[in-house]
Amino acid sequence: MKLLLKNIAWAALVLAPLVSVAQTALDDAIAKKTLTVAIPTDFPPFGFVGTDLKPQGLDIDIANYIAAKLGLKAELVPVTSANRIPYLQTRKADLVVSTLGKNPEREKVIDFTIAYSPFYQAVFAAKPLVLKGPADLAGKVIGVTRGAIEDMELTRIAPASADIKRFEDNNATVSAFVSGQVQVIATGASVAGTVMQRNPQLGTEFKFVLKESPNFIGVAKGEDKLRLKVNEILIAAKASGDLDKLALKWLGRPAGDLPQ
Amino acid sequence: MTVTLDFGAVLAEWPLLLKGLVMTAALTAASTCAGVTLGVACAWGRVHGGTAVKAAAAAYVELIRNTPFIVQLFFIYFGLPGLGIKLAPEAASFLAMVINLGAYAAEIVRAGIANTPRGQIEAAQSLALSPKQVFTRVVLPPALQRVWPALTSQIIIVMLGSAVCGQIATQELSYAANLIQSRNFRAFESYIVVTALYLGFAVLLRQLLAWAGPRWIFGRPAAAR
Repeated sequence: MKLLLKNIAWAALVLAPLVSVAQTALDDAIAKKTLTVAIPTDFPPFGFVGTDLKPQGLDIDIANYIAAKLGLKAELVPVTSANRIPYLQTRKADLVVSTLGKNPEREKVIDFTIAYSPFYQAVFAAKPLVLKGPADLAGKVIGVTRGAIEDMELTRIAPASADIKRFEDNNATVSAFVSGQVQVIATGASVAGTVMQRNPQLGTEFKFVLKESPNFIGVAKGEDKLRLKVNEILIAAKASGDLDKLALKWLGRPAGDLPQ
Repeated sequence: MTVTLDFGAVLAEWPLLLKGLVMTAALTAASTCAGVTLGVACAWGRVHGGTAVKAAAAAYVELIRNTPFIVQLFFIYFGLPGLGIKLAPEAASFLAMVINLGAYAAEIVRAGIANTPRGQIEAAQSLALSPKQVFTRVVLPPALQRVWPALTSQIIIVMLGSAVCGQIATQELSYAANLIQSRNFRAFESYIVVTALYLGFAVLLRQLLAWAGPRWIFGRPAAAR
């Protein structure tokens, strides 16, 4: 009984942040002098772990840039595609800068700032495999990262006989493709670029686009104060050319025109 | 932000959850049968085998018991294709669970065998039973009876461990939960539901093994005959 009570007390303690009041993320971050940002570490060149074992990439630079503009220290939290939204919902992160695409389902549970970088998802496979459109995916084994935009798109357009294998993160999806466990990989352009670069023997090539999907920054639902502040920073960064500079550094092309 | 739990959104996906539960149950059932058999064979090898068999069984047990399950799973699924062995996610999960359970079961069963009273074996030998008969009829059943609770716990640990098989796209219970929460973002509710399902299944499995053991595995306890 004592143990049970103790467990309940623990549960209450753990769940307490869930019931905290909205609209405080920015003030809390300023009080702590740290901005907690969820970033990817499995998604080069947006976020990956360098040889010094420190995360780096466009998303990490953006996270640090925003924190610096706010006069705060950035605390980076590595997340996967599947758990980045729960991190926001449970207030374990103030911002999610993690190649996050915008869609209506996501807009129901979190809010988005304006876009900060261009991005698209596509289907990739070895040269001999003919894949002109979704219909050609019939009977193929396709690897995709669960919960990512490309998973939603693929699930929507793939024929019923396509065997979609969903993996926990991009590293596992890429491993499955490289080891030959799946014939086709549906992923972001940048991930595929890295696969091609590191495994030239696979003869991987671009097949068709699943979705044009610029990246947005996610904030917890109702955190308008923080969202508007980040928007201000992004608009200023666009005007000053800082955003283009970062995009050029990591993606090899300027950020260009991005949706608001 | 107040917590508004919406179990409906998760329970609406019951076909996915059911499919996941069936896969978890099937993997557990198959790997329990094969894993316990492998464990008994290894236990025999470590007690009665020649030098080479003893060394091989010991190496296997040490290798598996001192490495994480998920690494073993990834080795089978992502590593073996390098040697030309490609297994489907379900087959790789089954193999990893069998290999894992086999190593732990080997040590548990060996402990049971080691506790056999010397006189019991001598009595069997004096009745002119062959070494094979002594092992399968006289040594093994009471040994299994002694270690059955420990073996049951290990089987449940392996069943719960199968939750990581979703990492390689095996569509088991935790895979279903992850998929559901990645679709509707009801992470809290999804994990509460699968927690309840795992808990229920584990309790059921424990009861089932406690019931099945005396009937089919090592015979009724002497007193109940």
